[in-house]
Amino acid sequence: MSTLTIRNLHVSIEGKEILKGLNLEIKSGEIHAIMGPNGTGKSTLAYALMGHPSYEVTEGEIIFDGEDVLELDVDERSRAGLFLAFQYPVSIPGVTVANFLRTALNSRRRAENPEDKGISILDFRKTLKEKMDLLKMDHAFAGRYLNDGFSGGEKKRAEILQMATLKPKIAVLDETDSGLDIDALRIVSDGVNALSGDDLGVVVITHYQRLLNHIKPQFVHIMFDGRIVESAGPELALRLEEHGYDWVREKYAEAVAA
Amino acid sequence: MTKTNTKVRSKRYTASPTFGFTEETLNAPSNSPLGSYRNSAWSAFKEEAMPTTKDEAWRRTDLRKIPFDSFQFPADGAFNELAPVPEALLAPLVGDQHGGQITLLAGGAKVSLAPEIEKKGVVFTDFKTAEKEHPELLAKLIGNVVRAEDGKFAALTAALSQNGILLYVPRGVQVEEPLHSVLWGAGDNLAHLSHLVIYVDEGASVTYVHEAASPDDSLSMHAGIVEITVSDGANLRFVELQSWGSEIVNFSHERAKIGKDANLDWIFGAVGSRLTKNFSDLDLVGKGANGRMSGFYFADGEQHLDHDTQQNHLVPNTYSDLLFKGALKENSRSVWQGMIFVAPGAQQTDGYQANRNLILSDTARADSIPGLEISADDVRCSHGTTIGKIDPEPLFYLLSRGIPQEDAERLVVEGFFDPIMQRIPFEGVRNRFQEAIKEKLK
Repeated sequence: MSTLTIRNLHVSIEGKEILKGLNLEIKSGEIHAIMGPNGTGKSTLAYALMGHPSYEVTEGEIIFDGEDVLELDVDERSRAGLFLAFQYPVSIPGVTVANFLRTALNSRRRAENPEDKGISILDFRKTLKEKMDLLKMDHAFAGRYLNDGFSGGEKKRAEILQMATLKPKIAVLDETDSGLDIDALRIVSDGVNALSGDDLGVVVITHYQRLLNHIKPQFVHIMFDGRIVESAGPELALRLEEHGYDWVREKYAEAVAA
Repeated sequence: MTKTNTKVRSKRYTASPTFGFTEETLNAPSNSPLGSYRNSAWSAFKEEAMPTTKDEAWRRTDLRKIPFDSFQFPADGAFNELAPVPEALLAPLVGDQHGGQITLLAGGAKVSLAPEIEKKGVVFTDFKTAEKEHPELLAKLIGNVVRAEDGKFAALTAALSQNGILLYVPRGVQVEEPLHSVLWGAGDNLAHLSHLVIYVDEGASVTYVHEAASPDDSLSMHAGIVEITVSDGANLRFVELQSWGSEIVNFSHERAKIGKDANLDWIFGAVGSRLTKNFSDLDLVGKGANGRMSGFYFADGEQHLDHDTQQNHLVPNTYSDLLFKGALKENSRSVWQGMIFVAPGAQQTDGYQANRNLILSDTARADSIPGLEISADDVRCSHGTTIGKIDPEPLFYLLSRGIPQEDAERLVVEGFFDPIMQRIPFEGVRNRFQEAIKEKLK
């Protein structure tokens, strides 16, 4: 059982404050959705959580299973069990999906035991094939350069493949639905649903309700102006679907102005 | 009025120390097969001035601090008292076994060649043996492709090199097992000279890997000539690796002449030496000649690697494709200067050159100077060069998957070199490069 607690988080980019006191708690087994208009800081939350150097945490804390996440380097956060599925996955020319994933898996093993010789090629291939089958991916995918020349849908599937292989405790999916057609959306959602369970907590960052037809959150949060302003059950997402974000703007823009 | 002409000599322009070699060093009795070749090369050596940064080809490589006057020739058998060749260097890099292997040592050489290859008339031996057993062949082939007049170091090697390799593959002979040679430059204050003469006769085919190396603490120099003829319809795959120790200064003049419908796949790997200046030229002299040059270099510390390449399209319907990729760490520097030359009337030429550099520190520097000189109008030629740093975003992406900084950088660097690895059909050679990358990134 894992718990990620974010308290009063303030984050700035180049001196401009984007997150202004955000609070959130996620436990394994839970699925949370964070929704909100563009530019309210959803992706900033994702990057700050992972430790991107351009995102400066000026106040607040992030605690993961009792450990101070802000004291950990980026790679240590990953090995501790945090995962971010990028909105815009970066291409790494010349590095195959298989080579990359094997290096990532072996990094985890070596962090546990510096003498570890690494996963055997056979075991690795077996694992990778299983995960690719889960995501209905052609096995030839393993030999392609990571995200290099991938279609939008392939990139998102590759993110979920990484999540499946690395087995995080808390995963943040940053607009994983953007750029997906309906078939790809279903495959990705089925993959996430298959992986979520007692050992995994999921935070789905999305702009639209449509992903939530496939991935059912127990908790829905609305983000506005760098804070979570509303939290409720799945009915909140339906309300957004029906009424849009205007009521949120009206209700909270005044509060910001005041 | 009296005109006074005062010349102030600036210390900054002091020339580099010159070699202490005298005519007595020359071993060129008139009855030896190489007598006249060495004698005329000696004349060239005396005439050629030491290159300075005022010479265009040497503008970026400064020799003034190199103590050329302190280098001596190793005595016969000197290797017996010096560090031996590490076993790892003698392991096959291509396939499971060698068809033949030569070790060039300070003051000596060791040769082995599989009897079934020898039976086909293949000559693969060191100069001393060749002078005794194949004097006419050696005299006929030496100096045809690289001339002593090509430069000071070419003349030095041509005149004084006692060590060398003759590879001759007779017409139509296919050598299946790869040939391998190692030049081992152990010892201090030595001048190691090596001369490779490679002649692949019409329709013949061979794979040859040559590696130069030395112990890390040896303070010595190497000058070399590599002259290659790939005759009509012949095929040569030639891999050259240099992993010289960090104090070696290294010079070479290399040229390959490629005949009609002949192919050369020429692979370079450079990770060693304190300073290297290497000239590698491709002369496409027959219709349908095809030359591919693939270069890999990785410098760190105070290393200075200068590669000068030429792709000379001298007749119509020839093809050349050059890709050199390099990474630079710490205070190292690389120079790549390339030229595609298309002779008048050499129509239907395809010539490509690209040089890509990855800079891994704020103080490393890469110079990349492409060139085209085209005197025909129906050609396809292109060149491209890049010099860049590691992007922070791919690194963050890899770190975010739990890969530590050092491994993440290594992955990005390996990825950068992958297009070169794709051009190397030998797993052992690829592994050697990958080990070098790992070592350099530690």
